[in-house]
Amino acid sequence: MINMCLAIPAEVISTKDGKARVDFGEGVLREVNIELVEAKVGDYVLVHAGYAIQVLDEKEAQETLQLWNEILEAEISQK
Amino acid sequence: MSETLRFRDPDLAKRVAKKIQKLTPKEDTVKICHVCGTHEWTITHYGLRSLLPKNLEVIAGPGCPVCIVPASEIDEAVQLAQKGVAVVCFGDVLRVPGSKESLLDAKAKGADVRVVYGVGDAVKMAKQEVGKDFAFFAVGFETTTPSTALEIISKPPENLSFLVSHRVIPPAMQLLVEMPDLSLNGFIAPGHVSTIIGLKPYEVFPEQYKMPVVVAGFEPLDLLFGIYMILKQLNNGKPLLENEYVRAVTREGNVKAQELMRRVFEVKDGNWRGLGTISLSKLELRDKYKAYDARSKHNVNVEHGVDIQPGCRCHLVVIGKIKPSECPLFMRACTPEKPIGACMVSVEGTCRIWAKAKEEQQIGLEFS
Repeated sequence: MINMCLAIPAEVISTKDGKARVDFGEGVLREVNIELVEAKVGDYVLVHAGYAIQVLDEKEAQETLQLWNEILEAEISQK
Repeated sequence: MSETLRFRDPDLAKRVAKKIQKLTPKEDTVKICHVCGTHEWTITHYGLRSLLPKNLEVIAGPGCPVCIVPASEIDEAVQLAQKGVAVVCFGDVLRVPGSKESLLDAKAKGADVRVVYGVGDAVKMAKQEVGKDFAFFAVGFETTTPSTALEIISKPPENLSFLVSHRVIPPAMQLLVEMPDLSLNGFIAPGHVSTIIGLKPYEVFPEQYKMPVVVAGFEPLDLLFGIYMILKQLNNGKPLLENEYVRAVTREGNVKAQELMRRVFEVKDGNWRGLGTISLSKLELRDKYKAYDARSKHNVNVEHGVDIQPGCRCHLVVIGKIKPSECPLFMRACTPEKPIGACMVSVEGTCRIWAKAKEEQQIGLEFS
């Protein structure tokens, strides 16, 4: 589904002169502009219309899920 | 990124849905509004409304930047194309109706209209075809605006100008919260707009309007968590600004992108198709960059256009006042193949999202 807002995370494979080669997964590689962010090889970025708009925080992603599981567990036991 | 799949976990979704059921007050109607076409896509595609209690409504506000471009600006783009300027635009802008015709109609009659994925492609084209005049139709909210600003600051080629149609979303949210007959109880704030603007622009909602706001991501669990967080706030009687999408949105947002936007654009009052004028909601080039303004460069200016065709109810759909299925034209006279209103044209238009889900019968598949 191609969509304006939905920015699938892509891994930065290489960078050069404000551009980066990124991997969207399943062999989909694209060149994107990374001048709006501070990104390095190995980072995951959010790409929108050919431009990386944010570097994703993997740690936060994992912590979000962990936190939610904890909240759900706590509430069930508090019933 | 495997985490993405975890944000689509059906079991986790059912558990959150149970919590939401428990938290929703039995007697009242709770109305939560989102302002992002992609949020509507996720909600519809994953059948999230079927997981929610009947008295908890999630409505789609004006989250489609293509849908709210006034007909006058489509007319300006068409005029540019008719003058021999190569008009470059995003895919779904092509079929948005102007007062009389769309860019696609103009293209069919021989005008040079080209579709791109991003503004960078327009710059490339202009550099490759030096003798030709190009105009990039810059549509989009704050997610898209920084890329336009970046290209303008980077001294684009002289044969490229910009038909600026960018708008900013928080003033539209403010318009909706001030509509007494909408009776909103909370906002789901857009995910990727917020990666750019951060959280500060939403502070006015809990502070002044006592309205809960939660920034949510685009996976089904992001939205379910976001809805849960709003209900928790309503239960506690304390409206707050919270961020569910912490993996992509920080409090300050993308400061570099914000600075670029500020340098290139100033905010003025603007017309939104179907909503009328919203104060301080539209971006215009600052004097320093006026040389890149397509309107003045090619002497094109349309004051008023026909925004809503007879019978069309996009102006009601776009503020969540009616559902697409409540429009008499929906999937009869107005379909994705033969759209009448902008809401049926854009991939982020509420009507098109509902129409596609109906056609593909995808509702509820993921979580069944």
